[in-house]
Amino acid sequence: MKHTLSILVNNHPGVMSHVSGLFTRRGYNIDSIAVGVTDDPEVSSMTIVLNGDDFVVGQVKNQLLKLPDVLRVQDMAYASSVQRELVLVSFSITEKNRSEALTICNGFDVKILEMTEDSLLIEFSGNSRQVTNIITVLKPFGIREISRTGQIAIAYRNQNVV
Amino acid sequence: MTSTTEAITGGRLMVELLEEAGVEIVFGYPGGAILPFYDELYHSKKIKHILVRHEQGAIHMAEGYARSTGKLGVCIATSGPGATNLITGLTDAKMDSVPILAITGQVATDAIGTDAFQEADIFGITIPITKYNALIKKADDLARHFEEAIKIAMGGRPGPVLLDFPKDVQLGKTTVRKASSLKIAPHHYERPKVKGDPQEFAEALNVAKRPLLYVGGGAINSFASAEIKALAEKANAPVTTTLMGLGAFPGTHPLSVGMLGMHGTAYANKAVLECDYILNLGARFDDRVAKYQDFAPNAVRAHVDIDAAEFNKRINVDHILHGDLKDAIREILPFVKGGDRSEWISNIQSLKKNHPLDFDNSGETIKPQDFLQKVYTKTKGEAIVSTDVGQHQMWAAQYYLFDKPNTWLTSGGLGTMGYGLPAAIGAKFGNPDKTVICVTGDGSFQMCIQELATIAQSKLGVKILLFNNNFLGMVRQWQELFYEERFSESQWTYNPNFVKLAEAYDIPAMRIEKKSEIQKGVEFFLKDSGSALIEVMIPAEEKVFPMIPAGKSQQDLIEFKDLGKLKK
Ligand SMILES: Cc1ncc(C[n+]2csc(CCOP(=O)(O)OP(=O)(O)O)c2C)c(N)n1
Repeated sequence: MKHTLSILVNNHPGVMSHVSGLFTRRGYNIDSIAVGVTDDPEVSSMTIVLNGDDFVVGQVKNQLLKLPDVLRVQDMAYASSVQRELVLVSFSITEKNRSEALTICNGFDVKILEMTEDSLLIEFSGNSRQVTNIITVLKPFGIREISRTGQIAIAYRNQNVV
Repeated sequence: MTSTTEAITGGRLMVELLEEAGVEIVFGYPGGAILPFYDELYHSKKIKHILVRHEQGAIHMAEGYARSTGKLGVCIATSGPGATNLITGLTDAKMDSVPILAITGQVATDAIGTDAFQEADIFGITIPITKYNALIKKADDLARHFEEAIKIAMGGRPGPVLLDFPKDVQLGKTTVRKASSLKIAPHHYERPKVKGDPQEFAEALNVAKRPLLYVGGGAINSFASAEIKALAEKANAPVTTTLMGLGAFPGTHPLSVGMLGMHGTAYANKAVLECDYILNLGARFDDRVAKYQDFAPNAVRAHVDIDAAEFNKRINVDHILHGDLKDAIREILPFVKGGDRSEWISNIQSLKKNHPLDFDNSGETIKPQDFLQKVYTKTKGEAIVSTDVGQHQMWAAQYYLFDKPNTWLTSGGLGTMGYGLPAAIGAKFGNPDKTVICVTGDGSFQMCIQELATIAQSKLGVKILLFNNNFLGMVRQWQELFYEERFSESQWTYNPNFVKLAEAYDIPAMRIEKKSEIQKGVEFFLKDSGSALIEVMIPAEEKVFPMIPAGKSQQDLIEFKDLGKLKK
């Protein structure tokens, strides 16, 4: 099962190695990792997606909390948090299928960043399933390059609203 | 950050902060990148520096000092090769939760990352083997890092920390000498409140008919011996300890069943099979003790630990108390009821009678078990004993009974050959009035043998008990039992003359080979407070029993009397 961990850490060099090293050392696999500074320049937020049962995730949480630079670890339940990922995709088009491509883009609420005679560069954000979905739909056109940020997440304040 | 007006160098500040932390002794080895610090240390009247012969010696000495005194152990090394020589000791201290502060020099900040002379990324290298580490980039950050590091090393589950100081940071001036606030979360250094329900916890013990306490190294770190004794006596529960827990409960106590695990006593391992309740106090269900999920198959399992990550890590448990062991036991105690456990106790007594620790002492050769028993008697069990790793380590654990905590120093988690001699030296510096004995083997001894010079230089009274079987004995034992006697690279075809070698360092030494010489040997070895080495020649075939073969569990324990079974 996929779990999304939101982790607050001190923002200084080496913290990333400490965290990712912990996963390597204990034999856990990271599906995605995204890091950015918070409103406090001293503190960064990391979102880590990992695959594992409750036992594995419990171990990871406990081990993470042992790192002095880790300030907080939250397991984000899908129902009570927003989870987003940004993807940039450049793919091929031809004169024939250009309008089909544009229709798809419209339907998916995709931002078009660049259009040339034979290519489109788009930006899309959504949950990981939606991101994977759009990549699948665009694949037949011929994908030139993809860049995904990895998932980020934040908990809803009002837990009653889903 | 609070400031004073007078600017001092980073190196000066490092010395002053060590003094303020109450550090009285450091073990180290100088070099270019740490010279500014050493220059300031020259002026210190409060800190004694012990110059070692190899940085591995420095960190094991710091470990021996820390484990025998309960204080912080400090070691110093220069950048690059000096720092990398600390790796084994850092790993050892991490595995056995020893509070160590390692201070390393580093090339100047503007040279970092350029493959400068004697540069090593010690920060990166030691991430997985320290509890905390940091590279200090500005003299102004020094005070904060120092305070954080020491608190982390000593707090919670103790462990090693490493601080890396570039040369220019040691030379740079600063006025910031006090950390106004720490950046790390308090749970890393504050004593956590006990979490869980002590009453429910105690009740599970109260209803047990055959309870067993299983005590680990955490008991030593939390200074919980008195509480454990009170708990065992109140509950009328037998106590077994891990290798790391030896001394946390008196080995001579009627409720003691000695050590459990791979080379633990048969009665401890059988008690584990028979008990209906097992209470783990500061142990970690290490794989040398609890091989499989069915560990203590008939028992309700309970666990007290300061490290939440240890719960259900390898073995699932039914009851959990999270917190410092001493505090936790104090909270459980009022709810514990006595109960009549006479049947269980007499069951344990007969296990002890029918499955004693045993060896064949009939021949003319010296048996290490016999020799250790004589040393135990002669020292009245009051020595601090360090060991290296191998058969001698297990014999010492089995045949020298430990009644007090902090008197047994052994590399448990990592199994580090080379640990024993420097650990004994560190312990002697911390306990100058106690008899300190290093029990070693002819293999292990040669791993840090250069520290004999450190003994000689400080005129230290360390006793070395060297069991010479001209083999890497433990390797030989496995090869004999599990590799059809193919003794691949375990026999020494050359060993130095250990007696002459010790004498070269002005350490009185003697070799004995026959049983008739034992008394003479023990007398010689322990006759005064000075250092001495006794080389005891023992048969290469002598084995450590009982033994749970690798990959097997308690059920498969082999005792001395079953040796025949194993050979088939
Ligand atoms: C640094 C290191 N290298 C290798 C080993 C593997 N090892 C474990 S016990 C042992 C033999 C130890 O021989 P010795 O010190 O002579 O003690 P004995 O078993 O003979 O008492 C070896 C090689 C180890 N524990 N540590």
